[in-house]
Amino acid sequence: MDILPILSTLRRHKVTALLVILEVALTCAIVCNAVFLVSQRLQRMDMPSGVAEHELVQVQAVGIGKQVNGKARAQEDLAQLRQIPGVTGVALVNQVPFTNSSWNSSIKLDPTQKQATLNATTYFGENLLQTFGTKLLEGRYFNADDYLEFDEVQRDQKLRPQVVVITRELGQRLWPGVSALGKTIYMGEDPVRVVGVVDGLIRPSLFNGDASAQWTIVFPLRMSASSANRYVLRTAPGERERVIAAAVAKLKAVDSRRVIIDKKTLDEIRREFFQNDRSMAGLLVGVCIALLAVTALGIVGLGSFWVAQRRRSIGVRRALGATRRNILNYFQTENFLLATIGIALGMVLTYGINLFLMLHYELPRLPAIYFPVGAVVLWLIGQLAVLGPAMRAAAVPPVVATRSV
Amino acid sequence: MLAYYLDLALRSLRRNKVLTTLMVLALALGIGATITTLTVLRLLSGDPLPQKSAHLFYPQLDPNAKDGYIAGQTKPAPTMTYVDAMNLLHEHRATRQAAMALSQAKILPEQGGKHPFFSDAVMTTADFFAMFDAPFQYGGGWTAADDDSGAQLVVIASFLNDKLFGGANSVGRTIRLNDRDFRIVGVLKPWAPQPRFYAQDLGGRSYGDGDAAFLPLRTARAIDMGPQDTECYAAVTDIKHLETAPCMWLGVWVELADDAAVAGYRSFLSGYAQQQIAQGRFERPETALPDLMGWLRDQQVVPDDVRLQAGLAFGFLLICVVNTVGLLLAKCLRRSQEIGVRRALGATRREIFTQFMVEAAIVGMAGGVLGLLFAELGLLGIRHQPAEYASLAHLDLGMFFFTFVVALAASLIAGILPAWRACVLAPAPQLKAA
Repeated sequence: MDILPILSTLRRHKVTALLVILEVALTCAIVCNAVFLVSQRLQRMDMPSGVAEHELVQVQAVGIGKQVNGKARAQEDLAQLRQIPGVTGVALVNQVPFTNSSWNSSIKLDPTQKQATLNATTYFGENLLQTFGTKLLEGRYFNADDYLEFDEVQRDQKLRPQVVVITRELGQRLWPGVSALGKTIYMGEDPVRVVGVVDGLIRPSLFNGDASAQWTIVFPLRMSASSANRYVLRTAPGERERVIAAAVAKLKAVDSRRVIIDKKTLDEIRREFFQNDRSMAGLLVGVCIALLAVTALGIVGLGSFWVAQRRRSIGVRRALGATRRNILNYFQTENFLLATIGIALGMVLTYGINLFLMLHYELPRLPAIYFPVGAVVLWLIGQLAVLGPAMRAAAVPPVVATRSV
Repeated sequence: MLAYYLDLALRSLRRNKVLTTLMVLALALGIGATITTLTVLRLLSGDPLPQKSAHLFYPQLDPNAKDGYIAGQTKPAPTMTYVDAMNLLHEHRATRQAAMALSQAKILPEQGGKHPFFSDAVMTTADFFAMFDAPFQYGGGWTAADDDSGAQLVVIASFLNDKLFGGANSVGRTIRLNDRDFRIVGVLKPWAPQPRFYAQDLGGRSYGDGDAAFLPLRTARAIDMGPQDTECYAAVTDIKHLETAPCMWLGVWVELADDAAVAGYRSFLSGYAQQQIAQGRFERPETALPDLMGWLRDQQVVPDDVRLQAGLAFGFLLICVVNTVGLLLAKCLRRSQEIGVRRALGATRREIFTQFMVEAAIVGMAGGVLGLLFAELGLLGIRHQPAEYASLAHLDLGMFFFTFVVALAASLIAGILPAWRACVLAPAPQLKAA
């Protein structure tokens, strides 16, 4: 391949060549970073919850007026809900994954510590783990005699739960490398013993950042209708809509004056939770496509004019014995050269933008694989874009050389 | 002369429809993206109370324990305990002062058969309305005496008034709120400052609809209305009695007339912190008194995503401009002969330059019009997003004109290089070549 003639031609068209290089470089930088952002969003949307997401529904019901006997009301509600055909688990809980409303507590490993070790979310509710369908890795779930009434614990300072179940990740964070089973955590002054470790149970709200998403503690506390309003039911995926309708009807039957403030499947709740990430990812994908299209069309446009401008010299080359393939190759090589310089420049820019994003948006470093992949994509787009003009150039007949001289 | 250039430019653009369309389309996409994101960014980073914001300040103290405190680096707490908030309020060192927290109110419509519903409520003190310039449609706020007596009074928003009373003057009537009767003393005109600055760090959203009901803080607490967000800095024995618990859950705002008053309040605040340290209540001396816009900056109220999108849109526009430069340049190089002829017939360089700039400007204006369409589409898309600011995303008059400024600027910048290349072309070789 004759690169030297191409280079000498490009030297005579510095500005136009520079523009192609600049466009490729900018596109490379923005598209690489945008695709990386998209991958981050997709990864976040895949965040595991640790619960049987496709089988759970939540109905939130709030009573009117002061709840005089919340304990009895809760028992009645749960008994009614359990009767719904197809329901395999029911729990009245204080919080539900992905609802953005959470109960949290600071925990210590030593009661004399002045600063808390970390902040974890606290799930309460009888049969919560069984209903959620978490995966038990070590130890056990709660026994009937572990449970205390939440309302009584609130009133009586001597009543404190003795045991908890935590997630694997929290265990590893607190006691790296060893099993958390049997270890003691302090809630303020009160010690609790870890009797079970589950694979995962996500916090309802990620206000503390995604790294602490799995810092979760489950307490054996029984909620009453005056202290909690989230009823969680588990059923087969195809039955969920029917179960929601039946649950609302049952809850209304127990107390017709209560307000149903929410009724959704956990899948819906999750979708809403990650809606922002989804729309941002969609937007970024749209921008990437538009950018690549604009760049490709820019190359087509410039290429066409370039060809039109050099019609005569192409004719001369053809008359002097160059084949159509030679002409085609000439323009392809030219584009390849420009794209390569643009990509090289673009890589530096990509890295710079990534550094900026790392500094200001807490983004991780761009994986190295993006560089070769980005280069190949831009090369391909450049070659595709120049193919049309190059073919038109190759089609210039040698006879053009003899005209209008 | 300009008419002639226009004619020439239009002819030239018509000669190459595909290329012209391409240039206009690319430019329009870039402009559309930029205007869409800028509209959102401007909306989100705007001043919620332009006429008042310079006089509103947010005092901050820090009752946290000494552990982890680094002098000069640790920022004071974003909210206040009840004790501190009341101490500051009762000193009356500012022109106006109010403490506030957000809550939920269950409202039961008077008419039988209607279902109760939950609305956003603010628990606050008397100065709230006058300090924030909240406009009243009927009636007014309550008094400091009502604050102290815990009177069951409420100010409601216009949308709640519409919903419950069909928009009629409801002052003096009662509404059932969290199972208690409250007498309405005032109805606000539609009022929803964006961002919802007074809700920052109180557990509420930052944008969107205004609050439905405003109740005296003491009254609301007496019927066990709880704040949306509570931050405790020591072991809590009795979470029900937040007034005495070591917990922060109130935001305090003060209105200060001038720089002297601000300086005075600042020294009062640090004096207060020192006094609390002397009494053994505080361990950290740090205080702060940001003004409204400073507080919003501290809070980083504008979501990262929105800033990222704006940056991305600018990058996009930049590429579109580079693209337009290339295409215009290619076009002008193709027309060397025409330029040669015009120069030979007496056109000056200046005239050639103007002619090409006019052509670029036409592309820019077309790009602007189409870009406006794209921006409207983009904003329509944003209004269908679940974001809390979604419903506010509209193109205002300023952004409408700004679109054309951006379009013209982009196209003229893109046109300079090609126009300059065209005007410095020596006419003789071009004529010979023809």
